[in-house]
Amino acid sequence: MLTSTRRRLLRERLFVGLCASAVVIPLLVLALLVGHVALAGLGRIDWAFLSGYPSRRAATAGILPAMVGSLYMIAITAALALPVGVGAAIFLEEYGARSRLAAIIEVNIANLAGVPSIIYGMLGLGVFVRLMGFGRTLIAGAATMALLVLPVVIVSSREALRTVPYAMREACFGLGATKWQAIRQVVLPMAAPGILTGTILAVARAIGETAPLVVIGALAYVTFLPTSPTSQFTALPMQILNWVSRPQEAFVVNAAAGIVVLLITMLVLNLAAILLRNRLQKRVY
Amino acid sequence: MVTIPLVRTLLPSLVRAAAPLFALAVPFSSGACKGSDPNGASGTNAAPASGAQGIVIDGSSTVFPITEAVAEEFKATNPARVTIGVSGTGGGFKKFCSKETAISGASRPIKQAEIDACAKSGVEYVELPVAFDGIAVVVHPSNTAVEHLTTAELKSMWEPAAQKKILKWNQVREGWADKELHLFGAGVDSGTYDYFTEAVVGKEHSSRGDFTSSEDDNVLVKGVSGDTGALAFFGFAYYAENKAKLKAVPVDDGKDDNGKGAILPSPETIADGSYAPLSRPIFLYVNKAELERAPVAAFAKFYVENARKLAAEVGYIALPENVSALTKQRLADKKAGSMYGGKGSKVGASLADLLSGKGS
Repeated sequence: MLTSTRRRLLRERLFVGLCASAVVIPLLVLALLVGHVALAGLGRIDWAFLSGYPSRRAATAGILPAMVGSLYMIAITAALALPVGVGAAIFLEEYGARSRLAAIIEVNIANLAGVPSIIYGMLGLGVFVRLMGFGRTLIAGAATMALLVLPVVIVSSREALRTVPYAMREACFGLGATKWQAIRQVVLPMAAPGILTGTILAVARAIGETAPLVVIGALAYVTFLPTSPTSQFTALPMQILNWVSRPQEAFVVNAAAGIVVLLITMLVLNLAAILLRNRLQKRVY
Repeated sequence: MVTIPLVRTLLPSLVRAAAPLFALAVPFSSGACKGSDPNGASGTNAAPASGAQGIVIDGSSTVFPITEAVAEEFKATNPARVTIGVSGTGGGFKKFCSKETAISGASRPIKQAEIDACAKSGVEYVELPVAFDGIAVVVHPSNTAVEHLTTAELKSMWEPAAQKKILKWNQVREGWADKELHLFGAGVDSGTYDYFTEAVVGKEHSSRGDFTSSEDDNVLVKGVSGDTGALAFFGFAYYAENKAKLKAVPVDDGKDDNGKGAILPSPETIADGSYAPLSRPIFLYVNKAELERAPVAAFAKFYVENARKLAAEVGYIALPENVSALTKQRLADKKAGSMYGGKGSKVGASLADLLSGKGS
């Protein structure tokens, strides 16, 4: 009896240990990566780096056009992906949940979320750059990125809508509200924090995507900042890619600094998502 | 399909409606850098690719650093907008011949298929050599036995027939180590690969397939510096920046009139052509019709006038003075067509002869 109890306890401890290492190992690898990049690049980041234009001299090169390009691009991406994504989620969740078509669409959306980003790049090149005649512009890049993040936005928005108890809707109907009134005045406000968090996290992913940008032909060097959605543009991942492949060591340091800026931008976006959620949650309840 | 025309008409107007928002946002974000973007306020650059006021450049990643340097200097003298993409030599020509770009960088001469494509769409171009680049053949520093290579030996390693057959160093030359030979090379879409195969194997774009290729030369540098049995070829600049980790192998082309014996790559041997056959010119192609536009003409002129100084600064080898003068003349004359006639790189031909029309 005693030995079997001891064995069971040992197994318990072994399992806890395994679970703990599953947490610690990825964190360690992540810390190593971030630490390695930060060590190489952090010293390079100053105001001149953030506000300067690219240069052949690694020491005076800056990332302003790339940074502004990236920020504009994700702003437009969010503006495109949010309404379409939420609209699709509302339709699937509130109106078409039980239809066969909805089930097929649902499976497809889940699959689309796993499609490699370079495929979206090719789609963007074919549809937005060529067919719609946008050229290699910000709007074409942003529309491609919006397609890329859309499945995630739809899935997370549906999850958020699902967390609103059905009783809330029934209460609305009991008061004579139409379905749309119930959605607009009760369900959407309650689901908004979840929807926004999902959207921001999805869009934050888009800021680091390189493959679609390479495919649609974002530029490597521009001497100006984008002034409208139809401007040509470059983005941070393109600038980093360009620097990484240069022979001079100093450019690789610049690339590391660019990566640090990209990481910080992503962290800020994710932080914004959390803060927004907390704020909105307080307002609703 | 009915929806597409609708979207096509609707979306641009939406985009235009959103443009004022951008005009508001830009002064905020660019406030930090003074005097930037002089013609940005117009906001009328709706023409997607060949923006009427801009200079649209694309092409080889090898030429990119020089073009970037020229654009950087040009910016101080001229407000025109310059955009540079990196689609590679072949990808660049595709856009160039479909009039998407005004200027294309190329690390090899234009090919017959590309000449045909340009002719079909009515694109005439001025071909301008802008610098020399060497292709370095390197091994691991510990590989002391390999003190030089002949072009015949390089061919025996790289030709298609060597695939799965030449696998050890002692198969290349008797007396070398009985050790596995690991080959690394520039990506097969690059102009560097095209030139190397033309110069070594004798046929452009033809080599064995069982070697490690990468579009990023830094990956090749890492590969060779960590593998005692490795041999690689890539741009000279990548060797020059990593001399401590690599050993360049002198190459003997078997001809004594252009430098006797095996020659080591260096700025001097690449510029005077004695590092044959692995020293090559890199080019700029300018759309002749675009040269009628003042900004493009000014940029091209600025490019050939400053190419010597700037090419050397970013790690390439400047053209000799006399070749540079011929290049300027070629641009001034707007001489259309290729010196190479679509027949690939003329390995070993003198640029001065080609430019003054003696080579063809």
